[in-house]
Amino acid sequence: MTSVKKDKNLIVIQLSGGNDYLNTVVPHGDGKYYDSRSVVNIPQDSVLDLDGKIGFNPSMKAMKSLWDQGKVAVINGIGYEEPNRSHFRSMDIWHTAEPNAIGREGWLGRVIRDLDPKGENVLTGINFGRGLPRALGCPGVPVASVGDLETYGLFPDLKDEDLRMFTLEAFSRMYGGALGRDPVIDLLSQTGQGALKGADILRTAPEIYQSDVEYATDALSQRVKNISQVLHADLGSRILYTQHGSFDTHSGEIITHAKLWEEVDRAVGCLMDDLQEHGREQDASILIFSEFGRRIRDNGSGSDHGSGGVAFLIGGSVKGGLYGEYPSLSEAEQLEGDLKSNNDFRSTYTDILEDWLDLDAVPITNGTFEKLGLFAS
Amino acid sequence: MISKDRSLMAHLLRRTGFGANPDELEAYLEKGYEKAVEEILHPSDPGNMPDDLIRRYHVEQSELRDLAGSAAYWMYRMISTSCPMEEKIALFWHGLFATGYAKLNQARSLLNQVDMFRKKGLGNYETLLLELSQDPAMIVWLDNNENHSDAINENYGRELLELFSMGIGNYSEDDIKECARAFTGWSLGNPEYMAVRASKDSIWPYGRIAWHFKYMEEDHDDGLKTFLGETGKFNGEDIISIIVKQESTANFIATRLFQFFGSDEVTDEGNEVIQSMVDTYFASGYEIRDMLWTLFNSDFFKSDNAMFSRVKNPVEMVVGAIRMAGNYQAPVLGIEQVSNTMLYMGQGLLQPPTVEGWHEGVEWIDSGSLVERINFAAKELSNVNSPGIRSIIERLEIMSGEGTLTPSDLTDQCLDLLGPIKVSDETRNVLVQYAELHGNLDLRGHKLGDQSEQQVGNMLRLVAATKEYQLA
Repeated sequence: MTSVKKDKNLIVIQLSGGNDYLNTVVPHGDGKYYDSRSVVNIPQDSVLDLDGKIGFNPSMKAMKSLWDQGKVAVINGIGYEEPNRSHFRSMDIWHTAEPNAIGREGWLGRVIRDLDPKGENVLTGINFGRGLPRALGCPGVPVASVGDLETYGLFPDLKDEDLRMFTLEAFSRMYGGALGRDPVIDLLSQTGQGALKGADILRTAPEIYQSDVEYATDALSQRVKNISQVLHADLGSRILYTQHGSFDTHSGEIITHAKLWEEVDRAVGCLMDDLQEHGREQDASILIFSEFGRRIRDNGSGSDHGSGGVAFLIGGSVKGGLYGEYPSLSEAEQLEGDLKSNNDFRSTYTDILEDWLDLDAVPITNGTFEKLGLFAS
Repeated sequence: MISKDRSLMAHLLRRTGFGANPDELEAYLEKGYEKAVEEILHPSDPGNMPDDLIRRYHVEQSELRDLAGSAAYWMYRMISTSCPMEEKIALFWHGLFATGYAKLNQARSLLNQVDMFRKKGLGNYETLLLELSQDPAMIVWLDNNENHSDAINENYGRELLELFSMGIGNYSEDDIKECARAFTGWSLGNPEYMAVRASKDSIWPYGRIAWHFKYMEEDHDDGLKTFLGETGKFNGEDIISIIVKQESTANFIATRLFQFFGSDEVTDEGNEVIQSMVDTYFASGYEIRDMLWTLFNSDFFKSDNAMFSRVKNPVEMVVGAIRMAGNYQAPVLGIEQVSNTMLYMGQGLLQPPTVEGWHEGVEWIDSGSLVERINFAAKELSNVNSPGIRSIIERLEIMSGEGTLTPSDLTDQCLDLLGPIKVSDETRNVLVQYAELHGNLDLRGHKLGDQSEQQVGNMLRLVAATKEYQLA
């Protein structure tokens, strides 16, 4: 299975805003679902059934097809104890793998540091989107953040190509001076040169990459296409991150949630096709997660912040199937009106760290967590 | 060519504010350095963008229901204030007493805390710590509402000593517990009501109201406590008055002020200044304003060694460039995208990463943040439509007299008007060579956006991209 020594990549798609678990993996076989979700529900006959009891949202057609091929792990009831229903705090907890204190290092920032301890490749970890999610943040660990691969780099608003070239050339000379006089100026020189180099390398990716897969034009699909371009350009990038949203569906959920999942589903489907076309299906795994699920009872138009949620791990090396338990909807087993999580998210992280990236999980997840066995061995 | 006075005044205005455009700089130069320091340390009417105007454009800034709008609201104030020191000192305390939106979900309380920093931040340190201990945002942030007489929660007690006053190593674990005991009962007056309001978030038409402080006598541990060698039935006020008289507290606060306003690195020379600031701290009875007065009037602060010895933080980077360009003087829809750039550079207002605040200095610089910093400043300063840049073009026109400016003159003038910024010979050479691409600048009869104006814009763009522009 792992005879070809290609680097293994982790692609993360963060669903920001709190993805509604109940309407993503629908417990259509449980009458309590339709009792609690009298308005904001997915009709039983449109659910893409998995096992007679639960099934995917009808927007998840590509995911269903991947499921049928055994490439999708559905990680049920994921979360952590004493759930926090603030978007920011809960996302922070997922990002830092630290539910009890305010963590300082992102879990993937630590991963990047472990993968590339000397920081030799500025592109080991890349975020696609503006700003750096805390998951990737770690003091002293360089991570690129790419808004748009086509325009990535310095002076993107400078449209005149000649002028841009002259300006970049001047920049290169200003940052290329002799080192050794002042440590701060040296750092700026090296970082400026690194940024220029990173941008130059990254800009080659779209040229190297060729594919018959046509990604859609929405923002997520374009970012996932950028991920695929970078991955197939073999720049040594291992952690590729992006996010999509907002899944904060307090109102008008049925329409919004369906559209969001169509976008996620389409992007994931294209990416998997793309990987297959390039014979790289075994080299990449996609983690999809959200900071929390949503309240069991709907509010007449949408649903409010909840706790227990669902994550997905997708890829040619993933052992498809259902993991964790679907939390009970019965009132006695609810947690303040929410699904109670039964599956610490750091177990999933541990699988990814140990069985996929070959790293020591404990210092990254701040503890020992039982693995779920998400990867085919 | 650039006078020492001009460089020094620009330096003072970078440190106590967000830099100055040429008009502001000249107005301060007329006052003289000492008078300028006095005036800056005694802010009067900030004349910032009025709330009613902001609310007309920004529902989200009126309700303060989300983080991005709330951060933009503070940024407007930074952009439009005529007392930047108020914002600078608030930012300093915001970084030191770092309270984050993530846990609070309550921007109104957080912005009230910032306003308290504006009002009290230059005043007495004992008063400030007292205000902080009664600040609802802080109480929630560090769980003091969970600190009960029968079950203490050490979080606030610990951080008060470690991060807000004495620094680690200057007290024992027992001191932390006794400190926490003294602050039992320092809690919130309206938590149940606020919880109900929060649960109905989506049907809440009038926006956020804040928590308020309440001292719960019945939940206060009134027993004897021994704290830093003193024993008594201490309450929170007593603890604070013991804390502020410690040498370690004086050192801690003087060092932090020095690093924020004086220099990232503390050299031997810097240590002497810090020692004077410590002396001032005790002599004045813990007055922050007096400590800063000592710093700004020190020989070190006025020396070349202090100038450009700090990496601009993202807030200084963004607000400084905007103020120089004279943009966003009136509300603009989508302003959150502008304030979000600070976040992309690593410093989101109201969202310090942890209770430790931001790690400043060289830690601001990584390849991602540097690209964001340069692109933002370059875009702001190269836009010849912006009022501040038009005024620079007019100044250059006047300087040209009836003739033209050579590439070398243009370079020096741009460096002067955006600063003055001191650059290395290498940087200056590249700038001059770049200017030479277009030959002499001829602004005679210039029209908005024409070739000659673009020549200025191009030059300002490259100056904004220099290493030296990254420094304050």
